[in-house]
Amino acid sequence: MNVRVTGRAWKFGDNINTDLIIAGKYKLSITNIDDLSRHAMEALVPGFAEKVKRGDIIVAGKNFGCGSSREQAPLVLKHLGIGAVIAESFARIFYRNSMNIGLPALECKDVNRVSDGDILEIDLAEGCVKNLTKGEVYRVKPIPPALLEILVNGGLVNYVKKYGRLPW
Amino acid sequence: MGKTISEKIFSFASGRDAYAGDIIVANIDAAMVHDGTALLAIEAFREIGGKALWNPSKIALVIDHVAPSSNENFSRVHRIMREFAHKYGAILYDAGSGICHQLMVESGLIYPGSLIVGADSHTCTYGALGAFATGIGSTEMAAVLMSGKLWFKVPETIRIDVNGSLPPMVLPKDIILKIIGTIGADGATYKAVEYHGETISAMSIDGRLTLCNMAVEMGAKTGIIEPDEKTLKFLLSLGVKEHIALKSDEDAEYAEKISFNVSDLEPMIACPHSVDNVRSVKEVEGKEVDQVFLGSCTNGRIEDLRIAAEILKGRRVKEGVRMIVIAASRNIYLQALREGLIDVFMEAGCIICNPGCGPCAGAHQGILAPGEVCLSTSNRNFKGRMGSAEAEIYLASPATAAATALEGRITDPRTFLKR
Repeated sequence: MNVRVTGRAWKFGDNINTDLIIAGKYKLSITNIDDLSRHAMEALVPGFAEKVKRGDIIVAGKNFGCGSSREQAPLVLKHLGIGAVIAESFARIFYRNSMNIGLPALECKDVNRVSDGDILEIDLAEGCVKNLTKGEVYRVKPIPPALLEILVNGGLVNYVKKYGRLPW
Repeated sequence: MGKTISEKIFSFASGRDAYAGDIIVANIDAAMVHDGTALLAIEAFREIGGKALWNPSKIALVIDHVAPSSNENFSRVHRIMREFAHKYGAILYDAGSGICHQLMVESGLIYPGSLIVGADSHTCTYGALGAFATGIGSTEMAAVLMSGKLWFKVPETIRIDVNGSLPPMVLPKDIILKIIGTIGADGATYKAVEYHGETISAMSIDGRLTLCNMAVEMGAKTGIIEPDEKTLKFLLSLGVKEHIALKSDEDAEYAEKISFNVSDLEPMIACPHSVDNVRSVKEVEGKEVDQVFLGSCTNGRIEDLRIAAEILKGRRVKEGVRMIVIAASRNIYLQALREGLIDVFMEAGCIICNPGCGPCAGAHQGILAPGEVCLSTSNRNFKGRMGSAEAEIYLASPATAAATALEGRITDPRTFLKR
């Protein structure tokens, strides 16, 4: 997979929960990922699914993805083309899910320096985020090697397909 | 160096000396998926070439979130789950059996010292029995179904001591809301929360399950309580003799230690739209409600139904208010029937639905319209959780729920103490 992601920042606050990412009323009635993705983040940004472009990046505060274990949360974001989620911190199940489906989840202390609409460039290998709009560079917390291995192979399913075994 | 109970469980499950921060691969003792997470897990299981389950007698598939199905898509999901369970010999709890977490507790699959994963964030509930239990996603669940193993980061632990005796009409739910309001929605992220103290020792298993259930609402990987005589007696009643007697060492290292005294605790309530937005019921008393929900994996157990019935007995739910009552399992429903509680609820004008998740996750059986207010005994009040994003959800105890249903507005249950 690409270790370089470039796109527009979509800025959100703290405690963005899984119901805000994809509400239970949709998750528990729609099983087709195209149809489900249309409702991603809709309570926060009406029409989010139509507005995002491939490579766009979600930037949020603390505890992103708190709440449910639903893997549909990172899945709808990835399906819409979101290239990465950067947050001050993540809820643990969302973090694991995101890596397991191949959507980079990066912890960064400088998220408050990013404004909505900034163009960001993420270099996973370098472990940094470049804010092309503001001309700044932010460090991200290194991803544990075992997880990075899953992520760079495009997630757990692709890892198993490639190596014919589980990573552990 | 001493170990916490969680470090001991991970040491046992990984076969190495494990401490907080270590990344280990551990053997899983039991696993659970439900209809909200099973489809992705089954698809991933097929994609990674799964041919057999690691141990079908330790794997439960539960149909509870949309049960019985309210839409054709989920009718299909349920059929796929039934076929999968049948094909591979896994345990199937079909629609009407109850909520996954209560069924797991009743199943006998969980014992002190065991390591349990579930594709649901409230899997942490089982820590009340001295197990280490945590929620995982569907794709990694597929790997567990196949291998019985998973990687973990051994968590640090926050020790919470709870002392004092609870005043009348103040319940375990009020304790956990108080704790979450203090620690915050992300205050325990990646950590285990260990509950200690005389209040916990005196508490029933039902109450302990409520406490551990909501650990994830402060971000915790699990809530856990050292097993005691009460735990073992409860497990024996289910025919479970297996247990590994574990306690945290005196010199175990904790990330943080917090104490609460609950002797003066008041009924508490989480206000919209986050679980850590906690106040005393007195502070928001009088707020009119449209719906009250008594049930869920947090508060759908027999003691919850009993306290609510005690308040509702011989009274009527306020006209214009819907009170929905859902037992967490078929066993609990039957027990409530035998005790005459179902009669009390029906005579009070409640709506009784089949055991399952009900409206908690927003699928059915009490979906909120824009502008509506619901007081619920469940565990999440996120915007849009139970229907419209323009609705408001308050979380409180079964006693507060019953008092509120009678008055049609948020009411301190102590109002009904001496009537």
